[in-house]
Amino acid sequence: MDIFLQQIVNGLVQGSIYALVALGYTMVYGIMGLINFAHGEVVMIGTLVTITVAGSLIKAGMPVALAGLAGMMAAVLVCMALGWALERVAYRPLRHAPRLTPLITAIGMSIVLQNLAMMVWGRNYLTFPSFLPSVDFELAGAHFTAIQVIIVLVSAATMGALLLLVYRTKLGMAMRATAQNPAVASLMGVNVNRVIAAAFIIGSALGAVAGVMVGAYYEIAHYQMGFMLGLKAFTAAVLGGIGNLAGAMLGGILLGIIEALGAGYIGDLTGGFLGSHYQDIFAFVVLIVVLMFKPSGLFGEKSGDRA
Amino acid sequence: MNFGRFFRSTVGIATLAALLVALPFVAAMGGQAWVRILDFAILYVFLALGLNIVVGLAGLLDLGYIAFYAVGAYTWALLASPHFGLHWPIWAILPIGAGLACLAGVVLGSPTLKLRGDYLAIVTLGFGEIVRIFLNNLNAPINVTNGPQGITLIDPVSFGAFKFSGTTQIFGFAVSGPQKYYFLLIALAILVIIINLRLQNSRIGRAWQAIREDEIAAKAIGINTRNLKLLAFAMGASFGGVAGGIFSAMQGFVSPESFSLIESIMILAMVVLGGMGHIPGVILGAVLLTVLPEVLRYGVGPLQMALFGKMLADPESLRMLVFGLALVLVMRFKPAGLWPSPVRRRELQETGK
Amino acid sequence: MSANLPTPLLEARAVAKHFGGVKALRDVSLSIRRGEIYGLIGPNGAGKTTFFNCMTGLYVPDGGGFTFDGTPLVADASDKAAARGIARTFQNIRLFGNMTALENVMVGRHVRTRAGVLGAIFQNAATRAEEAAIRQKAIDLLHYVRIEERADDLARNLSYGDQRRLEIARALATDPKLLCLDEPAAGMNATETEQLRELIDGIRRDGTTILLIEHDVKLVMGLCDRVAVLDYGALLIEDVPAVVQKDQRVIEAYLGA
Ligand SMILES: Nc1ncnc2c1ncn2[C@@H]1O[C@H](COP(=O)(O)OP(=O)(O)OP(=O)(O)O)[C@@H](O)[C@H]1O
Ligand SMILES: [Mg+2]
Repeated sequence: MDIFLQQIVNGLVQGSIYALVALGYTMVYGIMGLINFAHGEVVMIGTLVTITVAGSLIKAGMPVALAGLAGMMAAVLVCMALGWALERVAYRPLRHAPRLTPLITAIGMSIVLQNLAMMVWGRNYLTFPSFLPSVDFELAGAHFTAIQVIIVLVSAATMGALLLLVYRTKLGMAMRATAQNPAVASLMGVNVNRVIAAAFIIGSALGAVAGVMVGAYYEIAHYQMGFMLGLKAFTAAVLGGIGNLAGAMLGGILLGIIEALGAGYIGDLTGGFLGSHYQDIFAFVVLIVVLMFKPSGLFGEKSGDRA
Repeated sequence: MNFGRFFRSTVGIATLAALLVALPFVAAMGGQAWVRILDFAILYVFLALGLNIVVGLAGLLDLGYIAFYAVGAYTWALLASPHFGLHWPIWAILPIGAGLACLAGVVLGSPTLKLRGDYLAIVTLGFGEIVRIFLNNLNAPINVTNGPQGITLIDPVSFGAFKFSGTTQIFGFAVSGPQKYYFLLIALAILVIIINLRLQNSRIGRAWQAIREDEIAAKAIGINTRNLKLLAFAMGASFGGVAGGIFSAMQGFVSPESFSLIESIMILAMVVLGGMGHIPGVILGAVLLTVLPEVLRYGVGPLQMALFGKMLADPESLRMLVFGLALVLVMRFKPAGLWPSPVRRRELQETGK
Repeated sequence: MSANLPTPLLEARAVAKHFGGVKALRDVSLSIRRGEIYGLIGPNGAGKTTFFNCMTGLYVPDGGGFTFDGTPLVADASDKAAARGIARTFQNIRLFGNMTALENVMVGRHVRTRAGVLGAIFQNAATRAEEAAIRQKAIDLLHYVRIEERADDLARNLSYGDQRRLEIARALATDPKLLCLDEPAAGMNATETEQLRELIDGIRRDGTTILLIEHDVKLVMGLCDRVAVLDYGALLIEDVPAVVQKDQRVIEAYLGA
């Protein structure tokens, strides 16, 4: 029972991170039907920028928590600029190209960003400054650390802010309209270019926040870290029903919990045949199984083809 | 396409054949390493044309193609190496490898092919990762794949006493192992080119194109879209399996590292970059993307030294950086690929208006 | 009086379909006789296209079902419906835009031909003969609908009227027993509509039963042997044009809409 609860807690933490990253994928996909493969790289750059900025501020004598906050702000700004530039330079010229063209571009950008990051930050693992004393709580047999609590709270707050933005502002309304039908939205006076740029910028900001939290959680970072994280987050977005914001959040959290439980129990389940190295397959196995039974994801509405 | 017409004339074919025969000997002057690069270029031509059936003809976005290649490669490695002490002959292993890959394709495809295209992409991508994770970890409790170390001392391709490894004297010429593989691979590549061409202009090929264009309309005229997609998927997978087997034999060594997602992406990039669905384009894409990184590997370091007198950036990452940029730039300025089919070019020009 | 009539080609029994709260079809029952032109009319949103979609397997009905040519239709597969002999066109034309007109019709022969992968690869005599027959039949059909000179043009570059004709040719390529046309005259001028009328009449004379959805009342009344009227998903009446035209409910439905 203790393991169970503990794994739920761990899964929730990991899942909130997935959810934040998944939102970036789902927003871009919902509005322009593009799998933005480079999004994982944006997250990675968020982490690495935080390390550099916060690290040098700490060295300069700034209080640790304040330096962390400054690092996070810097990461968010850098990633927003990066997201904007990606859309502007790489994707916008391909708006009317064949379907696979922007996908290859996205893959190309992902390779470019990874290798740029490697040139800037090197190929070694970097340690993330620990912003918080490692406090431990215990509740009903499960252990929490302060950072875990903060991750869940920050994610929840960020997602809440996003929902407010999408459902309560004019920009949000324009985004929803464009996702429904870009041609009609633009006839109604929505500036589609602005909406798409906004989706990239907001998604990247969320990604940066996620990047900071991954760094803080594992206290380690690397130029290749964005790849698997991005893949899992995208899986989460599809799991929840891509294009659907609430779906991405729930899909992310669900995926985190499934993975954590899977890793905790796979040994018992298979009589010791498969060990916890197989943790990474859960995401994909769950995805395949869910799509078999619910082809548009758990929370995606069925898109009936009209003839 | 005056190029195309030239290659279809007798003189054109003879010239091309002479060039293809001479190529491995010319390359050998720069060292056997270049012949090996050539071998890989042709292996990738084969793989890319196998994937072209799935992506180019049937319009299915497959991001886990390398998994089928891995199935073929490990089938060969396990059935023809000291790892299990088995040394089965090629006529047994190659069909088994292709068959297993095909089976994997059917098992993965039958539940997922009714999904929307982008979902298929992520499912195939996930499948590729699952295969890789299993290859990495199936060394305990029973050692099947030997984990990350991979399997070594794999038998080369051989027909009876004729081995494709080592140097043989043929008509007084010393023909090296890589050169022999070159000719085997050329034969396979020609086979897959013919299959692609003939399928494209057949009843099945037309049905695939119809599905690509409008799936609902295709169904309404009686095309069983699910079965036809499955067919393309399974065929592509089988070709992947064959290529994997040859890869395994040619290298003498396999490890999970060769089957990472970036490989799948690379092959997809070859298909799209060259000109999806257009066979000369795909061949061009495969050759370019195999040779370009190699040229960069040898060129980037010395070039930096010459320009700046010191190594500014790690050549390996600079090489990948240039590769990534090349992908982005080609897609930006030639969105239908470097050498698209005339029809696709027309499509694009007209929608571009 | 109907006792000595042959079995109908298509029989719909209490077909129902709803989308959320919208009842697009309310227990619609009708029957189409062999060799007739059967009109299906009704105001916008009456459920005509939905009826087509249910019949051709695009939608699964929520109730009722169809019998075609004596045996029930499997409700969920449009490719099977086509194989059984039901061909259709779409209200918003669905051609294979980047294939030529000829190829569009050739692909229509798919369900009536056999060649598989091996045939394609080995190009055996049977495959080559079949391919030649497919091409010939497609050329003939392009002549039949009078767009033969556009054979090598991409479908999406054809004029609107020619696209409608091409879609009919593609449907005819499947050798249908029942040809279903969803508003074929929409957007056509008077001359084009007249040519279309002749085409449809000719197809019927050549032995194909036709189900026609149309808003052009004059066309329907002049062409159809019998007419059914849908309103808010319910069948108001099914009878010969002369009777339908005078029916009070029909007049109200159209005026009300
Ligand atoms: N896929 C769908 N999802 C939701 N509602 C649908 C769908 N298809 C049809 N409807 C609804 O069902 C009703 C009947 O539509 P249908 O298209 O069958 O009308 P119609 O008689 O063909 O009209 P029109 O003359 O305008 O073509 C309408 O209210 C329509 O909005
Ligand atoms: Mg309609």
